[in-house]
Amino acid sequence: MVIAMFDDAELRQRAWDVAASVVDPEIPVLTIADLGVLREVTVDDGRAEVTITPTYSGCPAMNIIALEIELALEREGFRQSKVRTVLSPAWTTDWMSEHGRRKLHEYGIAPPQAAGSRRALFGVEQVACPQCGSKNTEVLSEFGSTSCKALWRCKNCREPFDYFKCH
Amino acid sequence: MAVASISVAETPLVLYTLRRADDALVLGHRLSEWSGQAPMLEEDMALANMGLDLLGQARELYAYAAQVEGKGNDEDKFAYLRDVRQYRNLLLVEQPNGDFARTMVRQFFYAAFGDLYWRAMMKSRDAILAAIAAKSEKESAYHVRHSSEWIVRLGDGTEESHARAQDAIDDLWAFTGEMFDVDGSERALIDSGIAVDPESLRSRWLKVVSDIVGEATLILPKSNWMQQGGRDGRHSEHLGHLLSELQSMQRTFPGAAW
Repeated sequence: MVIAMFDDAELRQRAWDVAASVVDPEIPVLTIADLGVLREVTVDDGRAEVTITPTYSGCPAMNIIALEIELALEREGFRQSKVRTVLSPAWTTDWMSEHGRRKLHEYGIAPPQAAGSRRALFGVEQVACPQCGSKNTEVLSEFGSTSCKALWRCKNCREPFDYFKCH
Repeated sequence: MAVASISVAETPLVLYTLRRADDALVLGHRLSEWSGQAPMLEEDMALANMGLDLLGQARELYAYAAQVEGKGNDEDKFAYLRDVRQYRNLLLVEQPNGDFARTMVRQFFYAAFGDLYWRAMMKSRDAILAAIAAKSEKESAYHVRHSSEWIVRLGDGTEESHARAQDAIDDLWAFTGEMFDVDGSERALIDSGIAVDPESLRSRWLKVVSDIVGEATLILPKSNWMQQGGRDGRHSEHLGHLLSELQSMQRTFPGAAW
């Protein structure tokens, strides 16, 4: 058994790395660590407990993510791992890593702008086209293919694109 | 019906939480009825997305109500195994979709309230309700922005869209007063800092609604007569029909899972 070779801190780090490698099923370039969904990992007697926080209240990806974490830990030798969901503090797109934002952009999704405050969220939004970089863009719909995205269009290159909404 | 309804120990906090959960579930279900039928693809997705937000809020609230009640009920039992008289939602949210204008007016009246309500609830002394509020307020903010834009577009649109929007406002107005009603059990929660006094939100709600309705060249009714009853389980005929669809699977095949 692999686990026996590690001390507590190493085990915890290992469990963290395993959980952190799980990707969002809707946006497979982003890991849950990139998203800021992964909050805490503890290991007790070889059993890992992973704490995650939901993005949107109704996000159907959360169930899949929890299952994927359990399966990934199982594969790495952590038996009977548990995933716990906490609501507080509430997730915000500000927790998305710089690395995650870059990957999102390369994937063709405009990353969320730094919200700062809630009202900034509803100020003048200027979203750059992830294809051509132009800021001459317009919103087509506030609600896109998943609850975290809006649908935009670039008026320069005429391509539609997803925008990861501030939250 | 093959399976009996559950009983619920409605202590003030359980009742309070169930009322908000029922609002979200019933309105979310109404929005889901548009799936595949909205006037355009973007709106089909928008309505389903908002329905999903509301369903998510309902689940969190039901889960919390179950935890507070501590009688072995859970979110599914609350949703599927309560009769119409046990539902505690606002009459507003159970009103049928009607045409697109009616759905948007109903959405706007509720979202404009929800936006203020959840923001205020973030300061609740109940940590779980405050956490649910912190998620819900951002979602509500998008809902109010979306429906506001439609109210303006419909009201200040064609003669027909204007007439339909005005009809919807005239018909649904009498269901808005219930959002601000408080009974004895809620008063105690307000006094202890767990719940928000909706009266403190009324003038801001009215301003948001009046501004948008005015911009849309529509008119708010003068009447102050308001419908009541949803919070106590006295519903319009529409909720029973909605529940018969929502609950049919669990009532027919108790405990069905997949």
